[in-house]
Amino acid sequence: MAKDIKTRIETANAEAFRRMVAADPVLVDVAPAGDVIPGLTDKMVLHSGPPVDWQRMSGAQKGAVIGMLLFEGWARSKEEAIKLLEDGAITLEPNHHHQTVGPMAGTITRSMWVFVVENKAFGNRAYCRQVEGRQQFGDSSQEALQDLIRWHDTWAPALRAGLRQMGGLSLKPIIARALQMGDELHNRPHAASSLFANAMAVPMIEAGIPKEALISTLRYLAGHQLFFLGLSMAAAKATADPARGIEYSTVVTAMARNGTEFGIQVSGLEGEWFTALAPPVKGLFLPGYGEQDAGLDIGDSAITETVGWGGFVLGGAPGILSFVGGTPEEALSYSRDMRQITVSTSPEFLIPALGFEGTAVGIDVRKVVQTNIPPIIDTAMAHKNPGHPIIGAGLVRPPLDCFKRALIRFAEKYGLK
Amino acid sequence: MKTKLEELLQNGPVVISLGVREFAESLQDQGVEVVHVDWSPPAGGDAEMAELLDKLL
Amino acid sequence: MILGRWEGFMATGYTIKRNQYFDSVFLMQVAKRLSEEPGIEQVAALMGTEKNKGLLAEIGFENAEISSAAANDLIIALKGKSPSTIEVILENLDAWLFRKPVGVSKAVSRTLDEALARQPHANLAVVSLPGEYAAREARRALERGLNVFLFSSNVPVEDELSLKQYARERGLIVMGPDCGTAIIAGVGIGFANVVRPGPIGVIGSTGTGLQEFTSLVHQGGSGISHAIGTGSGDLSDATIGGISTLSALEALEADPQTNVVAVLSKPPGAKTLPLLVERLNRCRKPVVACFLGIGKYPSENDIGFETARTLDEAAALATQLAPGKPVVRTGVGSQEVQALVAKERAGMAPEQKYIRGIFAGGTFCYQAQQVMREAGLVVYSNAPLDGMLSLADPLRSEAHTLVDMGAEMFTEGRPHPMIDATLRRERILAEAQHPQVAVLLLDFILGYNASPDPVGDLLETIAEAKSTASQRGGYLSVVASMCGTEADPQNLREQTRALEEGGVVVLPSSAQTALFSRTLALSL
Repeated sequence: MAKDIKTRIETANAEAFRRMVAADPVLVDVAPAGDVIPGLTDKMVLHSGPPVDWQRMSGAQKGAVIGMLLFEGWARSKEEAIKLLEDGAITLEPNHHHQTVGPMAGTITRSMWVFVVENKAFGNRAYCRQVEGRQQFGDSSQEALQDLIRWHDTWAPALRAGLRQMGGLSLKPIIARALQMGDELHNRPHAASSLFANAMAVPMIEAGIPKEALISTLRYLAGHQLFFLGLSMAAAKATADPARGIEYSTVVTAMARNGTEFGIQVSGLEGEWFTALAPPVKGLFLPGYGEQDAGLDIGDSAITETVGWGGFVLGGAPGILSFVGGTPEEALSYSRDMRQITVSTSPEFLIPALGFEGTAVGIDVRKVVQTNIPPIIDTAMAHKNPGHPIIGAGLVRPPLDCFKRALIRFAEKYGLK
Repeated sequence: MKTKLEELLQNGPVVISLGVREFAESLQDQGVEVVHVDWSPPAGGDAEMAELLDKLL
Repeated sequence: MILGRWEGFMATGYTIKRNQYFDSVFLMQVAKRLSEEPGIEQVAALMGTEKNKGLLAEIGFENAEISSAAANDLIIALKGKSPSTIEVILENLDAWLFRKPVGVSKAVSRTLDEALARQPHANLAVVSLPGEYAAREARRALERGLNVFLFSSNVPVEDELSLKQYARERGLIVMGPDCGTAIIAGVGIGFANVVRPGPIGVIGSTGTGLQEFTSLVHQGGSGISHAIGTGSGDLSDATIGGISTLSALEALEADPQTNVVAVLSKPPGAKTLPLLVERLNRCRKPVVACFLGIGKYPSENDIGFETARTLDEAAALATQLAPGKPVVRTGVGSQEVQALVAKERAGMAPEQKYIRGIFAGGTFCYQAQQVMREAGLVVYSNAPLDGMLSLADPLRSEAHTLVDMGAEMFTEGRPHPMIDATLRRERILAEAQHPQVAVLLLDFILGYNASPDPVGDLLETIAEAKSTASQRGGYLSVVASMCGTEADPQNLREQTRALEEGGVVVLPSSAQTALFSRTLALSL
C-alpha cells in the first residue's frame, strides 16, 4: 500500500512536470478585465494571495483596493471607499480563483486592462494586470491613479492594436532568451522588457495608432524595465494551471501572498489553500524607508517561482543582487538548492551560469518538507501602511508550515491517516 | 545470478556517505568514488513529518 | 551572540546558528579545539535536540532562546575566564566551523537521493548518523538497492531486525548497527587498517577484533579478501540470530578471491550458536571460528571447523589454512618472555602487584579477561566476562582491573578513545597514583580514522606515570600492543619505536600483552 502510493505520487508528479514544461504561453490580447476574466463581476475587486477579508487585509492591499474603488468611480473619496468596504458592498476575491494573477496587492477590477495569455499547448488562458510602482503598493493618491488612467486610456489599447496587427506574440522565445541574458523574470525582467518592446514597435506602427498615443506607448515601454513582469506572471500562471487537479500529485501549482498570509496550492489538493502568516522580506530599502516600515510578503508574483523562474534562477541573474542583496555565490547556491525540491529541471529554459543546466521546475511539497528547504523568492517590498509606493526589495521564503499543512492534508485525503 | 552483496565484494565499493565526514574523506583518500551527503535531520527534526514522509517519499 | 553574567569569576556566552546542521563527531572535535583555547574552561557545541538542551541546562545554559532551538540549529556555549575571550570566539565561529568540501562534485548533496542521482552506480551507503535517524536512512538506502555499512549505535533492535530481514530478502547486507570496521575488496571502511589483499575472508561482530585479525594476517605474510563487519548484536539471540553473519558467509563462500573464512565474535546467543555451528560445518571453504570468551560449544565432537581462543590464534590458523602459505607463528618465544618479565620485575617495590588495563578497544579488554581467566586470575572490569567481577565504580579501579574506555558511559558526548585520548590520559595518571599498581596494560589502534598519532597522544602521560612510580621507589611496567600495519597512515614502525624509546614493552598483539601481563603479575 505504502509503496503503491509512492509510485502513484511519482507518476502524478511526472505528469504535472510534463504539463508545466510543455506549456506554450502566447500573448493573445490586452483587454478590459471585465470583458475577459471569468467570474469577474461588477463591484468586485480581485486581489493577490489566498482569500482574505477587509478586516484582515494588509495595509498595502487595503490602500490598493481603495485606489481601485476610486479608479472605477465606485467611491468619490477614500472615506466613502472604506465605508463601502466595511459595509460589505464590495466583493473581494483572490485572483487565483479567476485564472488570474496580479503583482503586489494585485488588485483588478472590471475596467482594468489585463494581459490575456493563452497556453497553446493546453488551450487554457491566464490573466495579469500591468506592473506599476505606486497604486499596487497601496498608494491611492490622484497621482498614483494617473498611471492607471493612462494605461486604460492609451497604453493598453495601443498594445492591443499592435497585438492584433501581429496576431499574438509567443512568449516562450522571449523568456528563454531573457533567461540567458541575465533576467530572472521576477524582479529583473529588463532584457525581456526590451525584447518585448522590440517585438511590439513595428506592429504598433503598422496598426496605425495615432502618433501621440504611439509615442506615449513606446516611451512607456522603453522606460519601464519591469514591464515584462506582468507578462512573465501571466505566462507563469498559464503554465502552472494545466498542472492543477492531478490526483496524487504533490506538485505546487501556486504560491501567493496577500501581505497577511502566505498561501500555497497543490495539484492533488485542488481548490484548497495551505496558509501561514506571511513572512517579512529580507533585503534592501529605498532611501527614506527601513525595516520598521516594511509590510509582510505580498503579491501573486511568486507564480514565477512556481514554474521555476524568479528566485529559482538567481544564479543566472547576478545583476539582481544589487537590488535584493547577497553575493553571486549565494545566488548560485540558491539555484542549486532549488533542484533538490523540484521534480526535475526544464529541458528548454537553460542557465549559462549553471553550465546550461535547466531551471528547477515542479516544486514537490514532500521534498520541501524533507529537505527543510523552502523555495526562494525574490520580491519587492510594500509599506505596512496604506499610501506608499514601493519601499525596497529582497528575498523571502515561504513558511514551512504551508508545506507541512499541505502534506498532512494530502495524507488525510489519500487515506494515510 | 549474483546478489548485490556479491557484486559489492567483486566490484569494490562505490559509496554514498551519510554522517561523519572523515569516513568519506578516508574513502576518498583511498581512491574510492564517494558522494558525501551534507545531511541534516529530515523535515528539520520534525518527527511527525518525517514519519509521514516515510510513507510518501 | 549572548554574553552572560559573571558566575563566580566565570564568564559565559553562547550563540545559536539557525539551520546549520553539523554531525556530532565534527562538533566534538570543534569543542575539543575550542576547549584548548587559552582562557576557555568549558565548551558545548551541540545541535539543539531536546536531549542536548537538557545537557546544556545541566551546565547552566537554559533560557527561552535556547529552548526554542531545533534539531538543526547549532548551539555553541562557552564558559571561560573573561567575557572578552568568549566574545572573540563567538564572533569568529565560522573560522572554527569551516570544513573542506568532500565529494566528487563541488555541488552539495543534502539527501541520499540527491547523492544517488550524482552517483547512480553506488553500491554501498556508509551511515554514521545519530542513532535516532540512522535506521530511516539505512532503510532508504536498502530500498534503493544499496548495501549498508551502519556505524551508528543506539539503533533500536526492532529496527535492526527489520532492516536486516529486508536486506536479506534482497541479497543485500546491513553491516551493523554498531559496526566500526570493514575492508571490502581492499578498501578500508570506518576504522580499518591497510592490509595486503589475500585469500582470507573474515566476518566479525567486533570492529577492533577485525582490525587486530586483519593486521595480524598481514603481518603473518598473508592477506585479506574481505573483512565484513556485522555489528555487535548480530549473533545475539535477541531477534537477530546472525542474519548478516549468514549473508556474509554465503557471499564469502561464493567469492572467488576467498579461500578461507574466519568468523570472529563474542559468544553467540544460546539459540543462535547451534544454528551457526551447523552452518559453519556445511561451509564449502575451510573455516576458523573465534568466539572470544566462549565457555563451551554445543557438542564439541560435531565441530567441523577450526576453533581459536584468541584473535592471534585465529589469524595464525587462517594463515596456515590458506593454501600455498608456509606456517607462520607471530609473537615472541617463551624464553624471551621470561627474560622480559625478569627485567620488568626487577625494579618493582614489594607492594606492587596489580595489573591495570586501560583499553581503547573493547574487544581487547574482553580478550584480556579471557586470558586472565584461563590462568585463574580474577579481574574487575566495567565490562566483565563471565566469572569476572564488576567494578562498583567504573571510574575507580580495584585489584586487577581491565577497563574498556570505549564503553558508552565514557563515550557519551565525546569522541571514542581511538580518536581522543583525553580520558585515557586522565585514567593512566590516576592509576599511577596507586602504589600497588605494577603493570599498566595498554592498546594502540592505528588505521584510517583513528587518531593521527595514537602513541604521541599518550607518550608524555606514560612518562609521567612511570616517573610517579619511580619517585615512590618502585617501577611501573607499561605493556602495550600495536594494532596496525606498516602501511597504515600512522606508520606502525614509527609508533612502535616511539613507545619503545619511552620504556614501554611493545608486543604485536593484544592477546600477547595480556599473556605477558598475566605472567608478570603471577610472578610478583
